[in-house]
Amino acid sequence: MSVVTKAGPRPAESFLVTRSQRNVVWTGVGALIVVVVLALFPYLVYSGTTSLMVQGFIVLTLASMWNLLAGYAGLVSVGQQGFVGLGAYFVLIFALHGLSPFVALPIAAIACGVAALPLWWLVSRLRSGYFAIATWVLAATLMLFIERFNSLGGGTGLPVPGFTGMSPTLLTAYTYWIGLAVTVAALLAVYLLLRSRVGLVLTAIRDDEVAARSSGARVGLARLLVFVVAGIGCGAAGAVLAISQLQVQPSADFSVSWTAEMAFAVIIGGLGTIEGPIIGTVVYMVLQQTLASYNAWYLIILGLVAILVALFARRGLWGLVDEHLRVRLFPVGYWLRLAGDNDSSGRRG
Amino acid sequence: MAWVNAIVQGVLTGGLYALFACGLSLMFGVMKVVNLAHGDLAVVAGYVGVGVITVTNIPVLWSVVIVVPVMAVIGYFLQRTLIQSALNRGVLTTLIVTLGLSMVIENALLQFFTANSRGIGAGMTLVTGSFSLGSQVELPYLLLVIFAVAVAVLLGLQWFLSRSSYGRLVRAVADDQEAAQLSGADYRHVFGIAAALALGTVALGGMAYSMYSTLDPTAGTDTILLFAFVAVVIGGLGSLWGTLVGGIVLGIAQQIGAQINISDELLAGYLVFLLVLVLRPQGLVSRRAQS
Repeated sequence: MSVVTKAGPRPAESFLVTRSQRNVVWTGVGALIVVVVLALFPYLVYSGTTSLMVQGFIVLTLASMWNLLAGYAGLVSVGQQGFVGLGAYFVLIFALHGLSPFVALPIAAIACGVAALPLWWLVSRLRSGYFAIATWVLAATLMLFIERFNSLGGGTGLPVPGFTGMSPTLLTAYTYWIGLAVTVAALLAVYLLLRSRVGLVLTAIRDDEVAARSSGARVGLARLLVFVVAGIGCGAAGAVLAISQLQVQPSADFSVSWTAEMAFAVIIGGLGTIEGPIIGTVVYMVLQQTLASYNAWYLIILGLVAILVALFARRGLWGLVDEHLRVRLFPVGYWLRLAGDNDSSGRRG
Repeated sequence: MAWVNAIVQGVLTGGLYALFACGLSLMFGVMKVVNLAHGDLAVVAGYVGVGVITVTNIPVLWSVVIVVPVMAVIGYFLQRTLIQSALNRGVLTTLIVTLGLSMVIENALLQFFTANSRGIGAGMTLVTGSFSLGSQVELPYLLLVIFAVAVAVLLGLQWFLSRSSYGRLVRAVADDQEAAQLSGADYRHVFGIAAALALGTVALGGMAYSMYSTLDPTAGTDTILLFAFVAVVIGGLGSLWGTLVGGIVLGIAQQIGAQINISDELLAGYLVFLLVLVLRPQGLVSRRAQS
């Protein structure tokens, strides 16, 4: 991804390294305004719209996690639905013990992060494509394991208790807010992670794994961290799913279509950027809403679009935007500018 | 005796799993492609078989003679177009493109053939018949035939890769693409041939599956791909005979699981897979030097 136009030695003081070409404060203020406006939605729109947006929040959270895995750590997981299902079922388990599902959500997310540790120990033995299917087998195993417990509803699932006494309006609004909160937290976590030292390692892995390893980057540790964070994020999304559906069902919560959704949102939006999953989710939701009446056609078209984008527009829709405007809404990389040169001559990010 | 029967059934279904797995292993071994649409292509083969039988009314076994070449040709062109252009762009693109292909195939089958399950050869003696050993051990004809076909396919592949001059070319390209290219071998064509072979075995697997069980659009990912993959990992990555060993171990684990509790069939198979991953990640038949 890095572009170096001029080689040869230069005096050190002629370089200027910045996070962004434009003022970051404005992006921050803009993001804050967007979040505040979104938070007011339950007062402004019909409940049909908010529940649609909750779906969008789930997809966006999942997509940002998958982007972290595949776009930065080079881990193509086809088994993230395992964490979606685990998150949903952890909410059920805590709710069955009398906890409010809304309180159970963060605990369920953390529990998914803890569960990611032994699962990583298992799947990290395999590489690339085999890693991908191993995570898938793992997700299938988790589902079969959970189906064994009749107290958790076996193969048919259970309604999530703890919502009795709440008015439907309030429930819809709470569900919306918790979905929004999870999404904002997920995006913020990805942003902060990528700006940290680990983020530098991850960007290096994304650009060239061999070079990153030989420069002494602790690739294994960074990958473990990403797998755990993605476990927490997908678990939180699964918890939101359980709350918004008011029930858990093994074959729906552990469905591989979750991974297909998150992967395709990321591919279409742009792999390896924070902005990509956001655009991809919007495109995905629009496609879903317009084509939903054509049943399987919508998934066929989504699959074809993903194939075409992967082959012909590898940086996705955001890549096209970035090429022309050179903007970063979330500056996680570095711009390298030469003194006396207003245009950037190289960049990493 | 019930346990002996379970083990015998497990060994025989292992042949079916080996048929699923050897194509996956071949494509990974030669092209370093993990084809996530592998199972869906097997299902396509099954549907092609159903179509051929319905349209032409030829005997079931003769339809195999048509389906295998058809799938081999599809494999060649798929490799030369879609998979090759994905390969040129890297491992990640290959995974995404085959995942997309898997989704397209599965939903296209759903759209055009509905979710209803189909089978091939229901009522044939070959499919339903069996002979008994003692009072408890049943040997279904179909599984015996599938097992024999699997062994024959593996022997054939083994002979092709190690003895024939074209097989030598395939191995040369698998070892070093650029060196083979410099020596005048067009690696893209060789890749196409390997994909054609892989899809030929996939076609056999798909036809066998639609006789052994019932065929529906989701069988490709839910069952065939995962079983193929588990068999490959248990047996050892890149080992052709390992797929048979892996298939047999998976088959036995599933049958013993089903013997303990009928709903534990799948779980038992996956648990053995995880056990192998922990204790012997290189697989039971490991060929470290080759990978």
